[in-house]
Amino acid sequence: MPNVTKVRVNGVTRSIDADPDRPLLGVLRDDLDLIGAKFGCGEGQCGACTVLLAGTPVKSCRLKMSSLADREITTVEGLAHGDALHPVQQAFLDRDALQCGYCTCGMIMCAVALLNENPHPTRDQVVEEMNGNVCRCGAYGRIVDAVLAASNSGKKGKA
Amino acid sequence: MNAIIGKPVGRVDGRLKVTGGARYAADFQRANLAYGYCLQSSITKGRILSIDTQAAEAVPGVLGVLTYKNAPRLKKPEQSETVQDSKVSESNLLPLQDENIYYDGQHVAVVIADTFERARDTANLVKVVYTEEKPVFEIEQAINEAIPAKQSFGRKMQVKRGEPEEAFNGAEKKSDQTYTTTVYHHNPMEPHATIAEWNGEKLTLYDATQWVQGTQKAVAKLLDIPIKNVRVISHFVGGGFGCKGFLWAHPVLAAMAAKKVGRPVKIVLSRQQMFTSNGHRGRTLQQVALGANGEGKLTSVRHLTTTQTSMVEDFAEPCGMSTRLIYASPNLEMAHKLVRLNTGTPCPTRAPGEAPGTYAMEAAMDELAYQLRIDPIQLRLLNYAEVNPHDGKQWSSKNLKECYQRGAEAIGWQERKPEPGLTKEGEFLVGYGMATATYPCNRSPASARVQIFSDGHAVAASCTQDIGTGTYTIMTQIAAEALGLPVEKVEFKLGDSDLPNAPVSGGSQTAASVGSAVQAAALEAKAKIIELAIGDKKSPLSQKTKESIEVENGRLFVKDEPGRGETYAQILARNRVPKIEAECTTKVSTRETEKGEEGEKKQDSEEDKTGGCWAASSDEEIERKPYSFHSFGAQFAKVLVDPMIGKVRVVKFASVMDIGTVLNTKMAENQIRGGIIFGLGMALMEHTVFDPVRGRIVTRDLANYHVPVNADVPPIEVQFINKPDLRVSPIGARGAGEIGITGAVAAIANAVFHATGKRIRELPITPDKLI
Amino acid sequence: MKPFTFIRANEARIAMHATQQNSSGKIIAGGTNLLDLMKLEIETPEQLIDINLLPMKKIEVLPDGALRIGALVRNSDLAYHPIVRKKYVVLSEALLSGASPQLRNMATVGGNLMQRTRCPYFYDTVFPCNKRVPGSGCAAMDGYNRSHAILGTSNQCIATHPSDMCVALSALDAVVRVSGLNGERTIPVVDFHLVPGESPDKETRLEKGEIITSVEIPAVAMGTKSRYLKVRDRASYEFALASAAVVLEMNGGTIQKAKIAFGGIATKPWRASQAEQALKGARLEEAAFQSAAAAALQEAKPRKFNGFKVELAKRTLIRALKITGGVA
Repeated sequence: MPNVTKVRVNGVTRSIDADPDRPLLGVLRDDLDLIGAKFGCGEGQCGACTVLLAGTPVKSCRLKMSSLADREITTVEGLAHGDALHPVQQAFLDRDALQCGYCTCGMIMCAVALLNENPHPTRDQVVEEMNGNVCRCGAYGRIVDAVLAASNSGKKGKA
Repeated sequence: MNAIIGKPVGRVDGRLKVTGGARYAADFQRANLAYGYCLQSSITKGRILSIDTQAAEAVPGVLGVLTYKNAPRLKKPEQSETVQDSKVSESNLLPLQDENIYYDGQHVAVVIADTFERARDTANLVKVVYTEEKPVFEIEQAINEAIPAKQSFGRKMQVKRGEPEEAFNGAEKKSDQTYTTTVYHHNPMEPHATIAEWNGEKLTLYDATQWVQGTQKAVAKLLDIPIKNVRVISHFVGGGFGCKGFLWAHPVLAAMAAKKVGRPVKIVLSRQQMFTSNGHRGRTLQQVALGANGEGKLTSVRHLTTTQTSMVEDFAEPCGMSTRLIYASPNLEMAHKLVRLNTGTPCPTRAPGEAPGTYAMEAAMDELAYQLRIDPIQLRLLNYAEVNPHDGKQWSSKNLKECYQRGAEAIGWQERKPEPGLTKEGEFLVGYGMATATYPCNRSPASARVQIFSDGHAVAASCTQDIGTGTYTIMTQIAAEALGLPVEKVEFKLGDSDLPNAPVSGGSQTAASVGSAVQAAALEAKAKIIELAIGDKKSPLSQKTKESIEVENGRLFVKDEPGRGETYAQILARNRVPKIEAECTTKVSTRETEKGEEGEKKQDSEEDKTGGCWAASSDEEIERKPYSFHSFGAQFAKVLVDPMIGKVRVVKFASVMDIGTVLNTKMAENQIRGGIIFGLGMALMEHTVFDPVRGRIVTRDLANYHVPVNADVPPIEVQFINKPDLRVSPIGARGAGEIGITGAVAAIANAVFHATGKRIRELPITPDKLI
Repeated sequence: MKPFTFIRANEARIAMHATQQNSSGKIIAGGTNLLDLMKLEIETPEQLIDINLLPMKKIEVLPDGALRIGALVRNSDLAYHPIVRKKYVVLSEALLSGASPQLRNMATVGGNLMQRTRCPYFYDTVFPCNKRVPGSGCAAMDGYNRSHAILGTSNQCIATHPSDMCVALSALDAVVRVSGLNGERTIPVVDFHLVPGESPDKETRLEKGEIITSVEIPAVAMGTKSRYLKVRDRASYEFALASAAVVLEMNGGTIQKAKIAFGGIATKPWRASQAEQALKGARLEEAAFQSAAAAALQEAKPRKFNGFKVELAKRTLIRALKITGGVA
C-alpha cells in the first residue's frame, strides 16, 4: 500500500509522507508538530492521545494512517480561535482542572465531544464518559467540575 | 501591600497546558532525530551467553545497535548517602557494561533507527541467548537472608528508646499485628523520555526529570565528562511521584546512542518497560506492636518493617520514620530489614516510608481504639505528641488538634456509631475511618536569580522543576509579591541546568527551599533598584532612606508620602540600565541527617556564588536549632461496602492539613487531593504482581495495573490550617506534595473495618478479600 | 510488527476471497484489539482486509420483531440505540460496562465477537501459551491466575473470555449471521465461541473465508426484564472479575423462563443452563436464587488465585437476579 500523503487536521489539508501502518498519534506529533496529543501507553489504555475523528473521540494511538480515509481530525490545537479559548479549555484553566498537564489535552478533547453530543450532561454522565482518560495527578473532581461549568457557560452564558 | 502569596492565582502555565503548547521532553523537535528502543531481558537471573545483532543491523533504516559488547565504558559514581548532589538509581548496574542479568526487564540492547516504529519492531530481531539461574523475587523466598537496612537519606533506620519490649510485655492493652503493602508503581502519565544531542563535546539532554541538575551531574559523572559539558532541559514534566528523581539508565543510553550514530536520539520507554526500569515502591511486611495502659496511653510502640530491594542497589522503604514521632510513647523501637531480590530497583514513591508506614501504624492505632472501646480520635488525642518524642525538640509549628476537630466535622463523624459492621444504608454497610497524616518539612539549599527589566517586567529563575505541583505559579507569586509587581509582569523560568542551583523536586521541599531563594533574590533585586533611586538626584526618591520606600504595582514610593515615587521602568530608563539583576543562595537545611541536626546551617553545600545577600542572611539567622520541622494533618473517609459482592466505594473524604502557609489554595488543594487519590489506589486496587514461577511482572500495563479512574474518586474536601511557620522560612510554607497520601490509606482501611467488622491487613482491599 | 499488505474491501466477496486464499489474512474493522496483537507479533497476518466500507452498519427491526445489528455497528451506537436501551437493557448495560468511551466508539459488534482473551500470559511472548503457540504450555496454570476462568477450562488453557457484549447476547439467544463464498448461515452466540479443549487456538466456529455480517436478537416477550451486573476491582474501565447477564420472562410473580450468562469466569461467554432450570417456575425469592447460583457453579474448577470467583460469581448472580426482578 502506498504511503499516505494527505491528512485533514483542524480544517487544513496537510501534506505528509507517512507509512500507512503508522499510528495517527506518531504522525501528528513527529511529522506535524501537533504535540497536544500525548503518548501515554500506545495501547488505548490511558486516553492521553484522544483526538476527534469526524467529531467522535478516538484514541489516536489506535488509528492507522491507512484507516483515516480523508476524514476530518480535530486536535486540541484546533479548538481555540485566536486568543479565545474553547469554553472547555477556559473552564479547565479557570478551575485548575489539571496538574502535570499530560492527560489534559486528551481530557479536553473527550469533554468537547461529550458536550457536542450532550450539551447538558449530568455529573454521572460526565464521569462515565471521562472514564477512559486516566489522570494520575488526581484532578478528577475538578475535571468533572470544569466540564459541567463549560456545559453551562456554553449554553447559558454563565461560568 | 501586594498580597499575592496565598491568593488562588491561576496556573501561569495553564494556558500552555490546555492548548497543547506545553513542550514535554519527548515533544522537542530536533533536526535529523533518530529513535532508540530498549530491548530488555526476558530472564530474571543469569547471564547473556550470546547476543546477535546482525539481522537487526541489516534492516534498512536501522542505524546501529548498542549492547554490552560495543557500548562505551561508564565510570562508576561515588555517591553520598544523604543524596545531596545527584543519585544514580542502580549504582551497581550501569547500563550495557557486562553480561550479567539481575532482573527481568533489564536493558540489554538499544536499537537505533530512523523511525520509532522501526526501532521497536527491529528489536525483535536481536537474538539474545541466556543462561538462567534460579531467581528470588518475593520477600518470603529470601527472608532468612534479610539484612538490617543501613540508612534512608542519611537517617538511621534502627532506633530504640526506653525499653520497648519489656513495656509491651507488661502492657495492659495490646495490639500486635502484621500489615502488608504490595509493590506499587508510580505510573506517571508521561513515560520516561530523553532526547540526547551532542554538539562536539557538549551534550544536551531533553529529559523528563524531577531533578535537572541531578541528571546533569550523574550523567556527566557516568560518562566521565565535565559537568559543564552537559546541559539538561526539562520545562514540563508529566508527573513523577518519585520515579523521575534519581537517574535511571535511559538518559545515559540515549547519550551513548546519539554518540554512536552521530544524530540526536530520542528514547521513550514503553509503559511496560516503566514497570522494571524506573523504580517502584517495595513491598512491605510491617509488624506493629502497640502496648497501652487501660486508658489508652501508649506505653510501647514497636514498628518492625521488612522490605525489599534489588541486587544492584540498597533502597529500603523507610516505613518507621514517622512512627518515631507521631505519638508520645516513652518506649519505642523502629527497625527495618531489607531483602535483596531479582527485581527492578525500588526508589522513592510519593511519601516514601510515610505512605505505607502510616497505613500500618494508623491501622494499628485503630485496632487499639476498638479494643479499648474509645473513639479513634480520642486515642490520638490521649497520645498527642506536644514535642517531638524522637529528639525532644519543640515543633516549629503544630496544629494537629484543630485538624482532627475540623476533619471530624467535615466528614460527619458524629453520625458514626462506634460499633463496627452495624450501620446500613440500603444494601450497603457504612463505615467511617480516620488517621493522622504527617510528613517532614524538608528545606534544602537553593539559589535563584531575579532580573528586573527596563520595561518594568521581571524574570525570576531557578533550576527547579514543575512536575504538576505548581512550581511555575507559586514562584511567580513569591517573586511578584517581593518585587511589588503584579503576577502578569513576572515570568518564572525553570528546568534548565544553566539556571541557578536547585534541589530535586522530591521530599515536598520545593516551596520551602526554592521559594526562599526566589524571595531572597527578588528582595535583593528590589533593594538594588531602591538604592539606585536613592542615589539618583533626578529621582523623586533621591536621598530617602531604604526603609521609607515601598513598592506596589511596579512603582516605588515613600510610605508616608505615597504621591512621591516612580516606577521601576522610569528609574532604569533614566539611568540607562537595561536590567537590574540579583542572584541569591539560601543555605538553610531542615533535613535531618545523622551528622547534622535539624536546623543546622549547611556548610557543605554548593559554593556561594553571590554572597552578601541580605535577605538570605537574615533567613539564615532565624533560630532553628531547638525546633523540629514537620507537617501534620487529619484524614477522614466515609465508605459504603456492598457486603454481597465485596465492593468498597469511598463516598466522601475530608482532609485537614497543617502545612504552614498555603501559597496558593488552588494548587495546594490539587496536591492534597492527588495524594489522597494515590492513597485510595494503594488501599483498594493498585497491585504489581510477579509471576510466581518466573518472577516476571504480569500486571505491566494500565489495564492490569489499576490506577483509580474518575468513577472511583469521591468528593474530597480539603481544608488548611494556613498558619505560617516562620521558623521554616520567612514565607512559612512547609510543602504539600506528599502529606496528602499519608494517613489516607489507613483512613480508608479503617473505614472498611468500621463498615464490615473485617480487618484486612493485606493491601489492596479488593472484593475477593471481603466476601 | 511484521510487514503486511493491506486491502480495502468494498464488497463482501472481496473480503471472503481474501481470507479464503490468504491463510493468514485478517479482517480489520475497529482495530482495537488486533493492532495490539500485531504490535506484539502475536498476530502476524500477511494481509489486512479493511471491511469498513461494507454496508453492515445498520440496526433494523425485522418483520418478526427481531433486531438485526450490522457487524460494523460501533459498540457505542448500539449501546445508545433507543430500541436497545428500551427492550434489551442487558445489552446496553453490558456494552457500557466495557472498555472506555473512546474505544467503544471504535470497536464494532463483529470485532467484539472476535476479540481475544486478555490473559496476560497470552500477551507476553516470553511466557509459553497454548493459545498463542499450540503445544508450548500454559503459564497461567501455575502462574498468577486471579483473573482466569473457573468454567469451561481444559488442561491446555484457562484464559477468560473478555467480552461483556457477548455475555448479554448469549443470554438474549442472539444468533450470528455469517457469510461465505458458499452462502450464508447462522450460528447461535452460545455456540459461536469454543471452549479451549485440546485446541485453545481455535476460538470460534467462524470458518476460513467467512465473515460476520450481522447479529440478530429475537424479539423479547412482553414483561421480559433484563439486566447486566459486573464486578471488578475498580469502578470502571476494567474487565470483569465476574459478571452476570440475566433475562427473566415473568408470569406475574413467577419466573416463566430465566436466561442467564456469566462473564469474567469462563473461557467463553457462559450460558448457565443449570441455573436456568433451577429458576423455572420459581418465585423471586432468595432461596431460589441461591439454589440457582449453586447449580451454576457446580462444575467450577478454580486454581490457586481465582478460588474466590466461585463465591463471587454466585453472589454476582444472586445480586443480578434481585436487581432484574426488582427485589433488590
